[in-house]
Amino acid sequence: MEQIELTYPASRNVNKKAHVGVVGSGDLEVLLEPAEGEVARVFIRTSVDGFRDTWKAVLDRFFAKYDGAVRIEINDAGATPGVVHLRLEQAVEVSER
Amino acid sequence: MSEYSGVRGTVWFHAFTGQSSPMHGDPKSVLTGDASLSNEHARFLCVVPDPHGRFPCARHGEVGLEEAFTLAARVREVIEHDKNTIKRPIVAIVDVKSQAYGRREETAAIFLAAAAAADAYGSARLAGHPVIALVVGHALSGAFLTHGYQANRILAFDDDGVMIHAMHKEAAARVTRRSVGELEKLGKEIAPMSYDIRDYAKLGLLYKLLHVENPEKPSQQEIRNVQNELVAAIADARSGPVDLRNRLESAAARETRKASLLVRTRLEAQWLEK
Amino acid sequence: MSSKGYSPDFFDRQSFIELDARERAKALFDEGTSRELVGPFDRVESPWLPMQGVTPQEDDGCVVMKGKIAGQAAVVVALEGAFQGGSVGEVSGAKMTAALDLACADNEKGIRTSAVILLETGGVRLQEANLGLAVIAEIMASILALRKYAPVICLTAGTVGCFGGMSLAAGLASYVVMTREARLGMNGPEVIEQENGSEEFDSSDRALIWAIHGGEQRYATGLADALVGDDTPQVANAIRLLVSKGIPPVHRSSQVALYRNRIAKLDTSQQWDPKEFRTLWITNDSNEDKR
Repeated sequence: MEQIELTYPASRNVNKKAHVGVVGSGDLEVLLEPAEGEVARVFIRTSVDGFRDTWKAVLDRFFAKYDGAVRIEINDAGATPGVVHLRLEQAVEVSER
Repeated sequence: MSEYSGVRGTVWFHAFTGQSSPMHGDPKSVLTGDASLSNEHARFLCVVPDPHGRFPCARHGEVGLEEAFTLAARVREVIEHDKNTIKRPIVAIVDVKSQAYGRREETAAIFLAAAAAADAYGSARLAGHPVIALVVGHALSGAFLTHGYQANRILAFDDDGVMIHAMHKEAAARVTRRSVGELEKLGKEIAPMSYDIRDYAKLGLLYKLLHVENPEKPSQQEIRNVQNELVAAIADARSGPVDLRNRLESAAARETRKASLLVRTRLEAQWLEK
Repeated sequence: MSSKGYSPDFFDRQSFIELDARERAKALFDEGTSRELVGPFDRVESPWLPMQGVTPQEDDGCVVMKGKIAGQAAVVVALEGAFQGGSVGEVSGAKMTAALDLACADNEKGIRTSAVILLETGGVRLQEANLGLAVIAEIMASILALRKYAPVICLTAGTVGCFGGMSLAAGLASYVVMTREARLGMNGPEVIEQENGSEEFDSSDRALIWAIHGGEQRYATGLADALVGDDTPQVANAIRLLVSKGIPPVHRSSQVALYRNRIAKLDTSQQWDPKEFRTLWITNDSNEDKR
């Protein structure tokens, strides 16, 4: 199991926490919570080792459009970048309802 | 030595009751006998191999349909008989290979048969009968859930012929795609996965681990010692609540089942919120 | 616009099976009355899975919700079949026992509180072996204590079904609700084939699997109390009815004489055709047994 931490700048506050997904084969769960400061922190645990660069690419792309100050935790069981992105967007959608 | 031999149940049932046969009308695979333990009159129950049993998948020490319903009936007999009097102890002598794996068993709902036996043992406990499980050999999976795991107090011998686990090694190795050696190694790091009864004892579920030099041929002194331990376990059960909270309150449990305790505390705190 | 011959019911159907554990649990409550306890943000996860390189889930695959069903207090505990096959570990099992025990305590205080357990599970989580097995025994004990006061309803909808040690929990339940897709049994076909060969059980024979373990067969043999379609309002309604009904006069697992007699009268010299078994095994019920 690999643990990856990534940090991104943030410029607005977020109101609500959100949880989406299931740690099933090819899937992941995302826990998104409002955080203090102007930073977004991402903590990833994945059962598939060796894809740090891929994770960074996916999160870079996500945070290019998202600027909330959040703490995001991801528990992953081998999701594709497409599924990761989808779950992140779902989490954002829930947190902005 | 750690293979199931199917001998220990018969040996210890006879040691405690002087009997070797089932009660009238029961299948040969279930031995039930009433005998004294100090000043207590206890009912002893044991599942043993019956190579000529009616169900082909339950002839070698497995707990199948007949075994489970016979246990249920013989335990309920005690509950009914003692309804308005002193609640006698019930001792499950446990050396069971596994549950029975068969098409007949699944068709005729072995899950319900197993539940019926567990219901009887658990109901006896809730009614105030001290229910004791003495694991003299193997206690696997569904078989242990059926016969023994509803006890107030669990005792076990400490030798390599004793095993309590969710799945026997070869099957577990197959399912988890590991070698048996790898599984055994993993069990040294992760206590709940260990096949060693001494590691099981660290989980806080056992009342006591007992040493017997040769569990298949015990001496008279050893039999007396084990009987004394059963008497002590019965007294301890009578002195406590009828639920299973002792399994979480033991010193060992407070070490190895911290997450369980955290869950209970957290859930209770949130139960009444809002 | 052509409807291609499908009935409107098919399109209006809200699949219950497609919902995850959290959504299934929520769907059973009276609108707006439910809240989750010890949810993902409590972060009580398995201590044992990370040690083995397996990613944990923050609710450990068990959702506990409290609220009202048919106007009465109820707790729903749902196992997530998609996480580790719904298998029971230390934490998920502890959540279930604790919830049942707290419901029991409420009953003792005079607050009638029922429990619904949603079982999509293969049984013990092998990575937690003895703690999984032990907590299943504790779940069974908690069901026995609670069901004296209020119904404990087992709901298995599929696709995982209810197998292993947790099938005994289903056996102890006051009522069992299944869909046709669901299966309930102690040992799955693969395990039986492994232990006793494909003659005993061909695990590739899907028709045989459902003929023996499937919801329709269990219902037809009196082992399930309700057979529902894969439709959320239908499922919720069945649960509501059973909560309102209260505990049965005698629990199935306590009817030892009835079932012992049925087993004793069976001809074990050959396998039974599952359809024939439906009549076969009640043929010899005495008039006393028939209710």
